[in-house]
Amino acid sequence: MYLCIKNALHLEALVDLVIEDEHIVTMVPAGHQPQPENCEIFDAGGLVLMPSFIDAHAHLREPGFEYKETIATGLHAAAHGGFGAVMCMANTRPVNDTAAVTNLMLSQAQKSHPHGPRLYPIAAATKNLEGRELAPMAELKEAGCVAVSNDGRPIQSTEIMRRVMEYAADFSLTVIDHCEDPTLADHWVMNEGEISGLLGVKGQPAVGEALQAARDIMLAEYLHLPVHIAHVSSALTVDIIAWGKARGISVTAETCPHYLLLDDSALEGYNSQCKVSPPLRTKKDRDALIKAVADGTIDILVTDHAPHALHEKMTALDQALVGFSGLDLAVTLTWGLVKEHLLPEDALHRLWARRPGEIFHLPTNGFAPGDPADFFLFDPHENWVPSEQNLYSKGKNTPFLGQELSGRVKHHWLHGKMIF
Amino acid sequence: MSTDSRYLWQHKDLLGTSQLSVADVYHLLDLARSFQEINRRPVRKVPTLQGRTIILFFVENSTRTKTSFDVAGKRLSADTHALSQAGSSLNKGESLLDTGLTLQAMNPDVIVVRHSSSGAAAFLANQLSCGVVNAGDGWHAHPTQALLDCYSLRTAWDGAFEGKKLLILGDIAHSRVARSNVQLLHRLGVDVRLCAPRTLLPAGVEKWPVTVYGDLTNAVEGVDAVMCLRLQLERQQAGLLPDLSEYSRRFCLNPQHLEHASAAVKVLHPGPLNRGLEISDVVADSPASLILDQVSAGVAVRMAVLYLLATRK
Repeated sequence: MYLCIKNALHLEALVDLVIEDEHIVTMVPAGHQPQPENCEIFDAGGLVLMPSFIDAHAHLREPGFEYKETIATGLHAAAHGGFGAVMCMANTRPVNDTAAVTNLMLSQAQKSHPHGPRLYPIAAATKNLEGRELAPMAELKEAGCVAVSNDGRPIQSTEIMRRVMEYAADFSLTVIDHCEDPTLADHWVMNEGEISGLLGVKGQPAVGEALQAARDIMLAEYLHLPVHIAHVSSALTVDIIAWGKARGISVTAETCPHYLLLDDSALEGYNSQCKVSPPLRTKKDRDALIKAVADGTIDILVTDHAPHALHEKMTALDQALVGFSGLDLAVTLTWGLVKEHLLPEDALHRLWARRPGEIFHLPTNGFAPGDPADFFLFDPHENWVPSEQNLYSKGKNTPFLGQELSGRVKHHWLHGKMIF
Repeated sequence: MSTDSRYLWQHKDLLGTSQLSVADVYHLLDLARSFQEINRRPVRKVPTLQGRTIILFFVENSTRTKTSFDVAGKRLSADTHALSQAGSSLNKGESLLDTGLTLQAMNPDVIVVRHSSSGAAAFLANQLSCGVVNAGDGWHAHPTQALLDCYSLRTAWDGAFEGKKLLILGDIAHSRVARSNVQLLHRLGVDVRLCAPRTLLPAGVEKWPVTVYGDLTNAVEGVDAVMCLRLQLERQQAGLLPDLSEYSRRFCLNPQHLEHASAAVKVLHPGPLNRGLEISDVVADSPASLILDQVSAGVAVRMAVLYLLATRK
């Protein structure tokens, strides 16, 4: 069975895309090649064609916090947000540190989304995320985990971090480290700086992130092993990563759309919808991060999708939980950077699909013959306002709620099947 | 400056000093002065706010501020009701928002809030339709304290703020009193100085409209007033200070320091005092001390605030 997507805009060229079953057959300039017989036609009408994205860092909350999000609702948001693959973090209840939890996650995904988006669990790096004993990575890998991380509970002990990196290497599991020095600022509320000083709230200095990143990168060099730095938020950490890469150290890194779009001035007025971990930094950090994703110092974008219930955000700033709901809006938000000429369009393919696929060994669609037919159509001109009603995630906790945005995912195919 | 007869108070809430125009401040201080007359009468009660309801919602310990608001409300004949954390459902896990909505459902004219979270009063004010007075939120703001300090200084300085030099001494980082005063006094034309160990200065202080000193003797040079702040004893455990005796050696205001100040120097303290730690007995009890004037001004200023919010059209 063939499918032909006609008149799609791929990197500013109008193309026709031919798919057979689950794979790409060919992509040619629009109207240049007769379509095969028996071909179902879909006219894209000039919508932008992009490969399905990978979100290498999301919190889907199941098991344990189903009131915030379930694997079903999280994957539903992913499907509508242009994501064909979601890597979910281990800070569930119970923590994903046994094959039993991994199996439960995968079976929930299979039940609710048999045709995708695909779920790739990330195992805890240490048992119960306590940073004391290694998690049983052999059984976790066998159950289907694709990486290990202590996300949300930074590994304080350098000795444990070293052993995590060594042990994970036995299984080629990438270690994703949430870099934060918890001794430098406990119970922090936001970035430490002029704004935290004026608001009278406890700040977390960016230097804590950079210090842990430097530790990890030096360990990576010493051990000749890779490490992946999670959700980079500061210019200083970018410099440390650039230093590591220049030395030939196997370090990769990610950041999130919100660090490219917002800074700590968003917290003036104590807006708890803008509280996130790591915290929004300064305008200078924002500019450095945009440059770093453009030049590849930061390899990939991730959502750090962190859905919460309304009441967990509707309180005083220091009592509100950290995190933004991200899967519904990430593509729209990063398209904004393309529109403002801060990123070229193909950088989105690299940051959201090609590089995460390489780092975590996941299949991606490069629109070459034989590639998986995973792609979506995006209308860059549709203006819309995210609301509690139109976000698919249970988490409505995004600073962009109620703001007019431009661009929206319209249709999404996985394995050659239209999932919406 | 005198009050313009066309002046109109336009604020639903009093959350911080930064929301007030200079005209608002002088209007409020003038009004407080007229209420201060009432406080000196044999019968210290007027029917101005008869039938009005004021809820004192104090989620953090306070005796003097709560009493001051209570006395202020009662002198204006308002019905005041006090609620503390211990007696509230917040101890039973009720959210701040739900408690606020519950209190509002009792139809108060004004809710006075003291809370340990910076921004808590602003959060409630955004959610509630009644007036909200911030009686101290975390390290952020304590507008009635700053206003009563201005009231006391205005009297002591015969109304002239412009060009006066004032030193705020002590734990600036964790002080809502300092933040509100820096903001307000700077706008009234006062030259504000801060003196504290580096560990007790807030992030970004270099952008504040102040001069920062690490040495008290240099800091008091030529000042017209010194405002001492209370040192919370837990700062030592938090690793911000070596110990209290070293702190007092560096920062306890004593008569020798005041020799470097202007001859008519005044000393303020928001209370409660740690005598011998941030202020010496001799200074606290000297004629230069405005500490008890501040307490009395507090009632008058809070009468003015409650009056303006409860009678706003």
